[in-house]
Amino acid sequence: MLRWQRMTFPDSIFATRFGISGRDLERYLGEALSRGGDYADLYFEYLATSMVSLDESIVKTASQGVSMGVGVRVIAGERTGYAYSDDLSPERILHAARVAACIAEGPAKVDKFGLQTGPKRNLYPVVAPSTEAEFAAKVDLTQRADRAARAYDPRVFQVQAVFADSLREILIATSDGVVNSDRQPMARLSVRALAREADGAPQTGFSGGGGRVELSFFLDEKTPEYFAREAARQAIVQLDAVEAPAGEMTVVLGPGWPGILLHEAVGHGLEADFNRKGTSAFTGRVGQRVASELCTVVDDGAIANRRGSLNLDDEGFPTQRNVLIEHGILRGYLQDKLSSRIMGAAQTGSGRRESYAHIPMPRMTNTFLLAGDSDPEEIIRGVPRGLYCVSFGGGQVDITNGNFVFSASESYLIEDGRITRPVRNATLIGNGPESLKYVSAVGHDLKLDEGIGTCGKEGQSVPVGVGMPTIRIDRMTVGGTH
Amino acid sequence: MSETLTPLAADMVRQALAAGAHDAECTIAEGEEFSANIRMQEVESLKEAGSRGAALRVVIGQRSGSSYTSDLSPAGIAKMVASAVEMARFTTEDPHCGLPEPEELGALNQDLETFFDDVRQLDTEEKIARAKRAERAALDLDPRIANSEGASFDSHLGAQAFANSRGFAGAYRTSYVSLVAIPLAVEGEHRERDYWFTMARSVARMKAPEEIGRIAAQRALRRLGARKVATRRAPVVFEPRTARALLGAILEAVNGEAIYRHASFLAGKLGERIASPALTVIDDGTIPGLFGSAPFDDEGVPTRRSVVIENGVLKNYLLNTYTARKLGMKTTGNASRGYGGNTGIGPHNFFIAAGDRTPEQILRGIADGFYVTELMGFGTNIVTGDYSQGAAGLWIRGGELAFPVSEVTIAGNLNQMFQDIVAIGSDLEFLSSSAAPTLAIGEMTVAGH
Repeated sequence: MLRWQRMTFPDSIFATRFGISGRDLERYLGEALSRGGDYADLYFEYLATSMVSLDESIVKTASQGVSMGVGVRVIAGERTGYAYSDDLSPERILHAARVAACIAEGPAKVDKFGLQTGPKRNLYPVVAPSTEAEFAAKVDLTQRADRAARAYDPRVFQVQAVFADSLREILIATSDGVVNSDRQPMARLSVRALAREADGAPQTGFSGGGGRVELSFFLDEKTPEYFAREAARQAIVQLDAVEAPAGEMTVVLGPGWPGILLHEAVGHGLEADFNRKGTSAFTGRVGQRVASELCTVVDDGAIANRRGSLNLDDEGFPTQRNVLIEHGILRGYLQDKLSSRIMGAAQTGSGRRESYAHIPMPRMTNTFLLAGDSDPEEIIRGVPRGLYCVSFGGGQVDITNGNFVFSASESYLIEDGRITRPVRNATLIGNGPESLKYVSAVGHDLKLDEGIGTCGKEGQSVPVGVGMPTIRIDRMTVGGTH
Repeated sequence: MSETLTPLAADMVRQALAAGAHDAECTIAEGEEFSANIRMQEVESLKEAGSRGAALRVVIGQRSGSSYTSDLSPAGIAKMVASAVEMARFTTEDPHCGLPEPEELGALNQDLETFFDDVRQLDTEEKIARAKRAERAALDLDPRIANSEGASFDSHLGAQAFANSRGFAGAYRTSYVSLVAIPLAVEGEHRERDYWFTMARSVARMKAPEEIGRIAAQRALRRLGARKVATRRAPVVFEPRTARALLGAILEAVNGEAIYRHASFLAGKLGERIASPALTVIDDGTIPGLFGSAPFDDEGVPTRRSVVIENGVLKNYLLNTYTARKLGMKTTGNASRGYGGNTGIGPHNFFIAAGDRTPEQILRGIADGFYVTELMGFGTNIVTGDYSQGAAGLWIRGGELAFPVSEVTIAGNLNQMFQDIVAIGSDLEFLSSSAAPTLAIGEMTVAGH
């Protein structure tokens, strides 16, 4: 459900607590363009975090923190100057603006930006921020998770539970005349369980989730018991795991988190910075077939309460649904401000950064494959021999040659159309522009992940989501030992 | 700058005690960073900034609480102190959560060469020029180096202070500079990318930009035309860059936290032979000039040299005060903390001791095998030792590197892989705080087509 809510700059913490006015913003932007840059923006950030962790049924860590700062960016042609300050005094901000300004070499161009705030939607209204909730309630979540994981099976002998939340308040002002603010909540509960037979070797299971939600999400929707039982179940399943197969075979991926395939196989390769520079395996392939016609892949930053969602990207541009691949044909790239200027393309709401100390770049938000019409059970029944993967640890891609991996943490052999034995961890490897051509069935069971993913690129981490229905890939290399 | 940080940290400790803490420890870090990116010989971005932050941990009775802030104004510090004291209400009593004993605290006296003023003196034009020279050398090496992700020159000046309520107060400064080049080799439909870098505490100790560019280009070129191989069992040789990833698995497996939770395949194996006698692994925070060297760890305990694996026998875990108490042992001076939460564990200079064979001698002994130059993915399970990673490199035929290979996986179990180490090279070099020489494993599963 989308809710629209007007939130203007005067409500922002930067106005109320730090006394920053529209006139101040004009002055800082003016200083940033004092050497003749083409474009400048300011990104103010105030981040409050809290965290509780439990281990051995003991609450071992309770922590809170605050970090804040402002980043000043100046674009001159294809060049970027960037400086930041963790001190929000006018002198320090002006100093940062002067440093960033030096990327350009010329006279000042403009001194009035006519800053306007616009109406906004709110995908994640902050009513009772989790970071300000009673801390004891967060402790209770981890203790409930601990009890539930241990109660699931007596073979569970170690449980770790972590609850972490944050509230990020941002204010973005650009020399294009836009000023926007946002309050971005995030919360996550994760559980790791270890299980073993008497004196046997331990196995591990992991589960977690959350999103741009408040504490009530973990009381009403996805409870600690839900995540705890899932972590315990995975660890118990692995106790019976046999060696994973090795070599090319048919792979069936279950719904949800296995959508990490799309993130690695196509998502990164479609980020505009790589394509502008001609360094991606997808460079120059718009309009070409890169997947079977069953595949339509979108990146959508505008889904309510999802971990990868944003009202505005980190350059102040509204997020939207971007079609990356439509019925197997490559449609477009994920653009940020800089790449869209250079490529002459529209921004797609994909400019993101880890914090005020980082330069924005094109990134994914929530990336998923749209549902098809196959019955998931039929898909498995149609495989004589293969691997069924339902959970993954993580993935990685070399965007230049297109090779990607993703590491399965829970998977099963398929023998004569039936799921039989669980197998040990195995990494799957493929090639981005090739692998999805072998997708021969897409289920009707589209599911988004639980809200656990963090994407790393060039040293910057941002929260993302993925999703997928059950799919069959006729040919993929599985890195087992057998 | 560090002179002013130590009294500030000590003052935060005093404020914490005044607010009701029985014990407290405080870290303050500040840094100045600079980064210049160039691409196709043009400046792409320049970044420059300074920042600082403080983290506090308090102990009240047998409970601990933590907080951090980037706001070092008196109000910001007061808020951080109140927050840590409040947090201690929510943790469970834990008899092991206290600070190190006073006699365990201290700092090494010798100059560890962690800071060089030439990093501060280097001007922006020179940094840009060096990045351009590195990329130029790559582009000039071969017409097939037709594109580039550019080259970056980064520098960092830092200071870190630590104080606690048991009488420790100390600080040290750090500096580093790095230069990386990332060229692309293009031939027909094939595109391959690789990188090479130099990193040092002092500008004077950096490698020449031309050497970085040339090696990066050679690495990208030799990947062109890579193909899959058929699935098989084969000897696998890890070059130093990928051997370092195996060393990373050892590091996770000897981390005291994983040990007391039984979440490591090496838990409970102290004194046992867990690897081939060829393998010796050391952590040493006392070597001047290296990146992992420091006079004390993040709990105020002096750093030292710890032999982790000696001739294949597991000798030591890496511990901080908490994990040492849990295991009935002594800290190894490996406490490490970021801003949030409790103290974790980190290595200093963590490395595999050099063997006595050159990489060429190691290759010469292999008739048919895989020389791994790149690893991808998260397929290392420290709990079980199961290992499965994406890989690229060169196929070894008749003792020589024959043709490039990619889009394959290598798999095994670390327990068996470590026992099956058949050779360790003499080519140990510290490019960063962890280092490994060439390392050969008798046989692993290589999965391809």
